[in-house]
Amino acid sequence: MILDAKMPSGPVQDKWDKHRFDMKLINPANKRKFKVLVVGTGLGGAAAAASMAELGYQVEAFTYNDSPRRAHSIAAQGGINAAKNYQNDGDSVWRLFYDTVKGGDFRSREGNVYRLAMVSRNIIDQCVAQGVPFAREYGGLLANRSFGGAQVSRTFYARGQTGQQLLLGAYSALSKEVGGGRVKMHTRKEMMDIVNIDGVCRGIVTRDMVTGKIESHWGDAVVLATGGYGNVFFLSTNAQACNVTATYRAYKKGAAFANPCFTQIHPTCIPVSGDHQSKLTLMSESLRNDGRIWVPKKVGDNRSPELIPENERDYYLERKYPSFGNLSPRDISSRAAKEVCDEGRGVGATGYGVYLDFSTAIARVGQEMIAERYGNLFEMYERITGDNPYKTPMRIFPASHYTMGGLWVDYNLMTTVPGLHAIGEANFSDHGANRLGASALMQGLADGYFILPYTIGNYLAQAPLDKIDTNHAEFKKAEDEASAKINKIMSLKGKRTSTSFHRELGLLMWDKVGMGRNESGIKEALSKIPQIREEFWSNLTVPGSGAELNVSLERALRTADFLEFAELLAWDALERDESCGAHYREEHIHPDGEAKRDDTNFAHVAAWEYQGENIKPVRHQEQLEFENVHLAVRSYK
Amino acid sequence: MKLKLNIWRQKNAKTDGKMTSYQLNHVEEDMSFLEMLDILNEDLILKGDDPVAFDHDCREGICGACSMTINGTPHGPEKETTTCQLHMRKFKDGQTINIEPFRAKAFPVIKDLVVDRNAFDRIMQKGGYISVRTGQAQDANNIPISKKNADLAMDAAACIGCGACVAACPNGAAMLFVSAKVNQFALLPQGQIERKERVIGMVNQMEAEGFGACTNHFECEAACPKSISVKFIAKLNTEYLKATLTKNSF
Repeated sequence: MILDAKMPSGPVQDKWDKHRFDMKLINPANKRKFKVLVVGTGLGGAAAAASMAELGYQVEAFTYNDSPRRAHSIAAQGGINAAKNYQNDGDSVWRLFYDTVKGGDFRSREGNVYRLAMVSRNIIDQCVAQGVPFAREYGGLLANRSFGGAQVSRTFYARGQTGQQLLLGAYSALSKEVGGGRVKMHTRKEMMDIVNIDGVCRGIVTRDMVTGKIESHWGDAVVLATGGYGNVFFLSTNAQACNVTATYRAYKKGAAFANPCFTQIHPTCIPVSGDHQSKLTLMSESLRNDGRIWVPKKVGDNRSPELIPENERDYYLERKYPSFGNLSPRDISSRAAKEVCDEGRGVGATGYGVYLDFSTAIARVGQEMIAERYGNLFEMYERITGDNPYKTPMRIFPASHYTMGGLWVDYNLMTTVPGLHAIGEANFSDHGANRLGASALMQGLADGYFILPYTIGNYLAQAPLDKIDTNHAEFKKAEDEASAKINKIMSLKGKRTSTSFHRELGLLMWDKVGMGRNESGIKEALSKIPQIREEFWSNLTVPGSGAELNVSLERALRTADFLEFAELLAWDALERDESCGAHYREEHIHPDGEAKRDDTNFAHVAAWEYQGENIKPVRHQEQLEFENVHLAVRSYK
Repeated sequence: MKLKLNIWRQKNAKTDGKMTSYQLNHVEEDMSFLEMLDILNEDLILKGDDPVAFDHDCREGICGACSMTINGTPHGPEKETTTCQLHMRKFKDGQTINIEPFRAKAFPVIKDLVVDRNAFDRIMQKGGYISVRTGQAQDANNIPISKKNADLAMDAAACIGCGACVAACPNGAAMLFVSAKVNQFALLPQGQIERKERVIGMVNQMEAEGFGACTNHFECEAACPKSISVKFIAKLNTEYLKATLTKNSF
């Protein structure tokens, strides 16, 4: 396998312009001869499907939800970054580029990140034109807030529902195209596999989640916009249905999977309350603009927070990172929280929580202003915990949130399988080893609106695409494989539910390959994952049949892939024998506890190539060059 | 706490359904309503029975997927709260809870508590957008919008498309849903160009889907988890009337 990033030559600021000029075009009348399949209709998928349909391609889009508007992009709260410099505070494309490369701890491609920073400005323009009601100042112009890992205010927001508003913008653009007959929308259909013909991706196989029918769909190119794999930890801030199946199936059919161990733990989530817990709820990072994080100075101090005097509180982020304070990047804030809890200074019933306190901000700007900024988040917190955060500090703890790893893609967002593209969280491209806040919305929309619609044309213009249909033997083979897998699951008739296996796997992964990792822990996970998998395939029970709406079958199919993928994640975590960004190997830390990178041996992307069942995959490397942002120890002090 | 659940069970769209009773003996008050149903489903699966199918996804009150009617109220008893955000501390030990799908002519049942809400998507396809192709936009700050109008547009845009308004309405009307999108765009300068076509297209599709008309019961606002105001319905009526009267004038 050769990893050619196809990075255009020349200075970083000219690469995208040069590439756009060099790319082959397809004349408008010919575009309608090509059909593109888009799997997933979140920010990336909906934006890409709508934009490609506008250009004239035939597009078919697929979602396992009942409507494209349900995709989990909708849950992003805080905002979207863009280098507009509307606040006149020194922002620029170059600074957003620099912040993102540094925030990613030097494990992303400079060329990709620069392009992302460039098109960030177009995204805001596009979304405002679509009628996205971003927050405004009294003069009628756009408002901004600041976010972790940046010292400028470049985050645009719509109350605490920015993801919702941006997704509904993309959904409305998609609805326009569906209504006009230019996109064929498939709801409640889950992708089971991709189909390659002569080494080129030419379609997918889906399961109709209402009738159970296995169906084939052909295309001239396939785009996976299927999100991340954070649910490998079982408890995460992801939606219940988020899964790794689409990207993992692609991996098994030849697409390299890059940096699977780069998983982000978000510092501000509501702590676990019991074994019944099905998900963890995020409290937007934007809260850290006004909330101060603290724990008691004394170990075992279990007084209620208002009884702990100021001089007995440890505002540990402000103490350790005075220049970024409560706005330190996510990985650093998460580990600092874990550290104080491991010292026995955590708060709440489980001892795994820290306070996020708004009393200083309420005294400074008034409760009304705080309510305007975060009202819906405060209400959500109260609904879940029964506590009122205007009166008593929130309790928060880190949780699995976002995955920087994903399918390896080149500068054109194409995987190592010709014709198969991956966008948004499903690819690995822009965030390196750690994603900064308000950058996921930016990347999903950048890929969907402004990058893929160009680069896919370049592929289609040159690809040798024979005329095919779904009667091709490869489609039948993939359909048979999907049916056989379902039949096998239905025939097991064991004694455990798929949820119990998923929970067991998740706890193991969180414990051994979660926020902090070490060699022996990872090796322990690697020895236990196959055991869980083996039991799954002998002792699983799924009632009903495959030919109907069967929620436990859906879960079982997703869990089956997590049980294989978890091993890949652990291999990657083991072999990346350094700490960087969110990948924190306890053997490699600076004396002050910060992640210690090993640029001599690991300034590269690790891309894994599937070799077959129960065979260790091959790890390939794409070397990263830093010509503009110089490799340095990431410091937020 | 112990609870008795009466749940609507229906195998598929073609068969009749009926209420079935279940007893749950170990419900904790920190559980969400859906986590309570997860526990029931785990028990059912282990007994070899079909688990209760219900739509859900984000479990943080924003995707709009969860859709059941609890003791006669869509999303249950707590105001401004989706089912996934409803917690068991709002119920009493020994209580009986009736759980049904959202009921409306335009929302046919698919299975158990799962209904087909694609009618909302089809309404959106008839004008719930501003026609701007990718790349056509001007600089965002070239369109100043008063904070008041931006905030009002956001109030309307907060709709999560769950359909509780329809399920709560004695007429099965979708006017709160339609009014939210129509008003969001009517309040913004970007929405002016297609203002008339939008309201006419969306209202016509709403009627074609079999949704009823508004007769001012205001049950929709009471059931709405995002407290979308019925004032938007009044404004929708004005918008529709103005548009139909003036669509051919220039």
